Amino acid sequence: MIRVDGRSDSPSLIRVRGLNKTYRRGGENIQVLQGLNLDVDQADFVAFMGPSGSGKTTLLNLLGGLDVPSAGSITVAGDEITHMSASKLTQWRARHVGFIFQMYNLIPVLTAFQNVELPLLLTKLSKSERRKHVETALGVVGLSDRMNHFPRQLSGGQEQRVTIARAIVSDPTFLLCDEPTGDLDRKSADEIMALIEELVGKYHKTVLMVTHDPVVAARAHTTLHLDKGVLVEAERKGVLVGGVA
Amino acid sequence: MKFNRFIFANLFRKKIRLILTIGSFAVALFLFTFLAVVRSAFSRGTELAGADRLVVINRAGLINVIPLSYRDKILQIKGVKAVTHNNWFGGVYQDEKNFFPQFVIDPENQRQVMTEMRVPDDEWNNFVKDRQGAVVGAGLAKRFGWKVGDRLPIKNALYGPTKTWEFVLDGIYHNDHPGGDESQFWLQWKYFDETIPAVIKSQVGWYVVKLDSPDDAVPVAAAIDKGFANSSTETKTETESAFAAGFAKQLGNIELLILTIGGVVFFTLLLVTGNTMAISVRERVGELAVLKAIGYPDRYVLFFVLSEALVIALIGGLIGLGLAVLAIPVVGAALRGLLPPLLLSVSVLSLGLAFAVFVGVASGLLPGIGAMRLRVVDALRRV
Ligand SMILES: Nc1ncnc2c1ncn2[C@@H]1O[C@H](COP(=O)(O)OP(=O)(O)OP(=O)(O)O)[C@@H](O)[C@H]1O
Ligand SMILES: [Mg+2]
Repeated sequence: MIRVDGRSDSPSLIRVRGLNKTYRRGGENIQVLQGLNLDVDQADFVAFMGPSGSGKTTLLNLLGGLDVPSAGSITVAGDEITHMSASKLTQWRARHVGFIFQMYNLIPVLTAFQNVELPLLLTKLSKSERRKHVETALGVVGLSDRMNHFPRQLSGGQEQRVTIARAIVSDPTFLLCDEPTGDLDRKSADEIMALIEELVGKYHKTVLMVTHDPVVAARAHTTLHLDKGVLVEAERKGVLVGGVA
Repeated sequence: MKFNRFIFANLFRKKIRLILTIGSFAVALFLFTFLAVVRSAFSRGTELAGADRLVVINRAGLINVIPLSYRDKILQIKGVKAVTHNNWFGGVYQDEKNFFPQFVIDPENQRQVMTEMRVPDDEWNNFVKDRQGAVVGAGLAKRFGWKVGDRLPIKNALYGPTKTWEFVLDGIYHNDHPGGDESQFWLQWKYFDETIPAVIKSQVGWYVVKLDSPDDAVPVAAAIDKGFANSSTETKTETESAFAAGFAKQLGNIELLILTIGGVVFFTLLLVTGNTMAISVRERVGELAVLKAIGYPDRYVLFFVLSEALVIALIGGLIGLGLAVLAIPVVGAALRGLLPPLLLSVSVLSLGLAFAVFVGVASGLLPGIGAMRLRVVDALRRV
């Protein structure tokens, strides 16, 4: 169950309370997030929308422990991440977050297999265990036959699927996607979205995704709009809520 | 190490750049090794020179002569075993370019003092009997393809009007010390002293004194100089190593020259590789940010950049040292007589490798720290 009113009583997987983020630019304070609340449960799939500059990436960075909020708290699976040290946060990211960005995702000099293996090199897994995990992840995204290809030998959609394999290979608590289909054509975008839906439906992954594309957003269980620094529920599985379009 | 593949894969991102950077290291290391070998060749003269020998020169400087009559007075000093004397001949064989040191020697005492320079007895006996005889080092003989019995004309302008002195090669000396000097040309004191103008007869360039024991060096040197104090020609007695160093300095401040060139090589290499590493890090800011996002600690990122720089340094360095190992004997042979023998020692090679490693780490350090400090959110925003 996804809520944005901060009144959820049951402990949710991701729990955000009173989140503030202020940037300083040229002696001026820019309030991007202002007391934002959010609750997301296991196997939820939520899409964030909003105009450019509304703070979607900022929110995702905070949820992923890449940046620290000016105020408020983020709790994931019982761990409050807002007060962790930088090195603790790095460890936490490796265990709990799978990242899928719009670009820069893959290391061009490593094969698909080696790219997917990267997160596992930080674990104590043996070489054969790593191989098993990587093969499974590449199988899930349907690229078992492209393991030894380099990124430049793959299509944009295939590259993004390798990125998804890398994001799920260490079985993280949730996935963060910032415009995962932003660089793709309609067909590839549909394939990627079908894959993400499968991760949620079949593998019970929790996915938080930023997108500009209403068609892409429609795949999510819930679409939330970022408006004046807080989230507003816009749509739930095809049903318009509260009149915000 | 499970990250090896990653580090090596990164190296091959830009093959031409990799080759050029490795090439810079190779050239610099070759130059570095060459300079180090030249430098050690000059200071080896000083190290190898027997500590049981002293050299007596005119206090007014090496180019001033000393009376032959001092010989007997020096011999009387306690602790002195033998005395021989030399003059700088300074002639030209065929062409100015064919430089080699020519010493006027005193055959009666030469072998008692310069014990490490060995001449077969039969050759030596011929030389002693032959007024116009000459003995040369094995290296010098090889350089010009001389054989015993050859006639050697040497032009000289230092003693009277320019004229050609005729010599016959009677013997060849070898040096017992590996890398010791084998480039000299010796001629007889008698022939020299008879031939030069009367006003400069019976004057020697310097004396070489063989001691009973190296422990006596300090008191004997003091006694010699004291014996000639307040005379018309005062003396300065020093160890053979100090004398050799002074001799080399007459050719110019070699040490400073080598250190200057070495310093320039060092800083150029540092700037070139530092710049290359900086560019290569800047190019993959986005990738480094993704690595950090998926949980790679900052110190790993530093480690990757440093390892890359280090691998380049080691590969380039080893190539450069390999080239030096191949080239130095060839260059050394070509320069024989002009420079002391060039010997490539293990310590020079290790020093070269240490130099490469140091430059490698230093060039990777700033870009590496930059990569380490990189904030993921900023890097991903910087499209
Ligand atoms: N490091 C920063 N310093 C100053 N201002 C920043 C910084 N990062 C983001 N901002 C500002 O915060 C606001 C929100 O930026 P953010 O990137 O989160 O928006 P977004 O919703 O993701 O936009 P887009 O749809 O274009 O990706 C913008 O006004 C942006 O200029
Ligand atoms: Mg954005």
